[in-house]
Amino acid sequence: MKLSGAEIFIECLKREKVDTIFGYPGGVVLNIFDLLYDNKEIRLILTRHEQGAVHAADGYARASGKPGVVLVTSGPGATNTVTGIANAYMDSTPLVVFSGQVPTPLIGNDAFQEADIVGITRPCTKYNFLVKDVSELARIVREAFYIATTGRPGPVLIDLPKDVTSGKADFMWPEKVHMRSYNPKYEGNRWMITQAAHEIAKAKKAVILAGGGVIHSGGHKELKELAEHTHIPVTMTLMGLGGFPGTHSLSLGMLGMHGTYYANMAIQNSDLIIAIGARFDDRVTGKVDTFAPHAKIIHVDIDPTSIRKNVRVDVPIVGDVKLVLRDMLKILKETGKAQWGEIRKSWLKQIDSWKKERPLVYYKDDFVIKPQFVVEKIYEITRGDAIITTEVGQNQMWAAQFFKFDRPRTLLSSGGLGTMGYGFPAAIGAQIAFPDKLVIDIAGDGSIQMNIQELATAVINKLPVKVAILNNQYLGMVRQWQELFFRERYSYSHLDISPDFVKVAEAYGAVGFRATKPSEVEPVIKEAIKIKKAVFMDFRVYWKEKVYPMVPAGAAIDQMIFEEEEKKPEKKLKAVK
Amino acid sequence: MRHTISVLVENKFGVLSRISGLFSGRGYNIESLTVGETIDPQISIMTIVTTGDDQIIEQITKQLNKLIDVIKVTDMTELDHVEREMVLVKVSPKQEDKAEVLRLAEIFRGRIVDSGPTTYTLEITGDEKKIEAFIELVKPYGIKEFARTGKVAISREGVKKK
Ligand SMILES: Cc1ncc(C[n+]2csc(CCOP(=O)(O)OP(=O)(O)O)c2C)c(N)n1
Ligand SMILES: [Mg+2]
Repeated sequence: MKLSGAEIFIECLKREKVDTIFGYPGGVVLNIFDLLYDNKEIRLILTRHEQGAVHAADGYARASGKPGVVLVTSGPGATNTVTGIANAYMDSTPLVVFSGQVPTPLIGNDAFQEADIVGITRPCTKYNFLVKDVSELARIVREAFYIATTGRPGPVLIDLPKDVTSGKADFMWPEKVHMRSYNPKYEGNRWMITQAAHEIAKAKKAVILAGGGVIHSGGHKELKELAEHTHIPVTMTLMGLGGFPGTHSLSLGMLGMHGTYYANMAIQNSDLIIAIGARFDDRVTGKVDTFAPHAKIIHVDIDPTSIRKNVRVDVPIVGDVKLVLRDMLKILKETGKAQWGEIRKSWLKQIDSWKKERPLVYYKDDFVIKPQFVVEKIYEITRGDAIITTEVGQNQMWAAQFFKFDRPRTLLSSGGLGTMGYGFPAAIGAQIAFPDKLVIDIAGDGSIQMNIQELATAVINKLPVKVAILNNQYLGMVRQWQELFFRERYSYSHLDISPDFVKVAEAYGAVGFRATKPSEVEPVIKEAIKIKKAVFMDFRVYWKEKVYPMVPAGAAIDQMIFEEEEKKPEKKLKAVK
Repeated sequence: MRHTISVLVENKFGVLSRISGLFSGRGYNIESLTVGETIDPQISIMTIVTTGDDQIIEQITKQLNKLIDVIKVTDMTELDHVEREMVLVKVSPKQEDKAEVLRLAEIFRGRIVDSGPTTYTLEITGDEKKIEAFIELVKPYGIKEFARTGKVAISREGVKKK
């Protein structure tokens, strides 16, 4: 029996066990939308902007580990997805994005709402397809899901011309995918892993640097076992947070530009770095040629291009983190160096004294709310049992510093692209994946306005997401740089007029709270959590607070600057509306 | 250093743009790029001449391999291999120089593929040095146009270069 392209689309999603997609309709995808109208197995979450749809799918994917699926129309619908796709590409989120396209005979004619989305997204997708014939559709969808979810995951786009969705073909679902040009490698090279084990046994001052790959591969248990077995401390990139318990005594927290003093010191003084699923972003390494000058580097990554892209590597291991760590542990246990604790003793002592010397701190204040205080309170009240998303800027760094992530997939943050406007739709996606979990977006007053329209999506779908706006009335991270490096010339970083976020929430049918004093922070958070509805919390925080420690751009990561001790907020606070 | 990289790719729409996009997006050089079919019409072969230090060349080959449509990447520079390039040169020598130009073409085992009232079009095939030498020699006689194909390369049987 022949099916239409639209029917094949639905059939394929069922085979891929997709029950939720995110999207927005338009002319060329109406054949599909018509089928979704009374389809009981697939639910479409109508966002209010296509960027929101992609970020929501991304949040859904990061929280659940399943691929996120998006359906949008051609032209502007498709171009609106580009930021979301680029964001997913940088952070290796598995997505399959379907964009409608004008009918094949019109492609290339500058037809109404035509955009060359395959051309536009070529550099920011793992792969993309233009379906030219309905008979290819099932195979392409199969391949798209396969490519998106295997190897180093990433977004895949399928461009679906209108006549392909209306054309008919036999439905043939390929059970197996065979692509001669794409064969991701999972098992690490045995010999290299043995080399790595040798280095680990030899090293006196080893550090594990864990990245997002730990979370993608589900290798967090193996990582913990490795760290505990060998007594090696673990620092994480932003993407790696939650890959190792933040409350563990071997955790050094995040490293890099706003990393902890002790993480950066440990890296710079180490004799061995075991980098696991991390790609040595410049926010992590600081000035590359000053990075970890005394260390040998073992680098485990599923993507060969990550290895030796930015830093020299002594033991490269291409493979899946979970499997490589499993093999590494086996070898380490067989060679049976029993005295691990003994070997690491003085190193761990050194790290302890760095921890004591300069712990992660901020200065509390009785009268103005410190943003870190809000994050800390959220952590205390939830006891860490929440999915946290962030926007970008200071809010993101404070969330990374002051919330301790013990489990993988509990921090969803835009790392590689640094996309303001990611956190809120991502929270919506995460809440859809986990209706019963507490999901909180730690936001900035600037970022939240980049996808604030998604409040409608949250309200209509009865999603009780919470948004904690650290409202400093500034594009705070920009302001911080201007304060420190541009003689306090706050060029276009002041958000003179922001809307009244409480009223905005109410206008959308959500709930809004405001806290202007430290004493109001806890009650607001508790109340917000109690309410089973979407809530905006407007925390009026001290506008001049900065994220510390900080490594200035282009410096070595042990060249940190710190908040001057006991520095009190100036008397002249900006008038709060 | 200069490398000649040979890439087997799926003969699909958009592949060339994926490859050239990779080079431009990451700021790698392309000195020349040729594409053609192989015996299997579903597979094309590209020969790319590029320059970079070892680390860049390593990245280029890895990045090429990472592209979904790429089947195989071979850095010919590491192998014993043969390279050829072809050039078509249209020269317009003065009457008294015509014989000399034709003699040069003969020495270089070129062919005359077209001739007009004032011009000859010559075809020369060879490695880069030969082509460049030829061009230098005929330049004084007046080159009106010329078109180079870019390099193609193929490995010799077996042996690794020492
Ligand atoms: C889409 C986008 N545009 C611009 C930037 C540059 N940028 C980085 S942080 C930042 C300020 C963010 O302000 P806000 O959301 O209020 O967060 P805060 O730093 O104040 O916590 C800006 C503009 C960005 N990251 N993303
Ligand atoms: Mg702000």
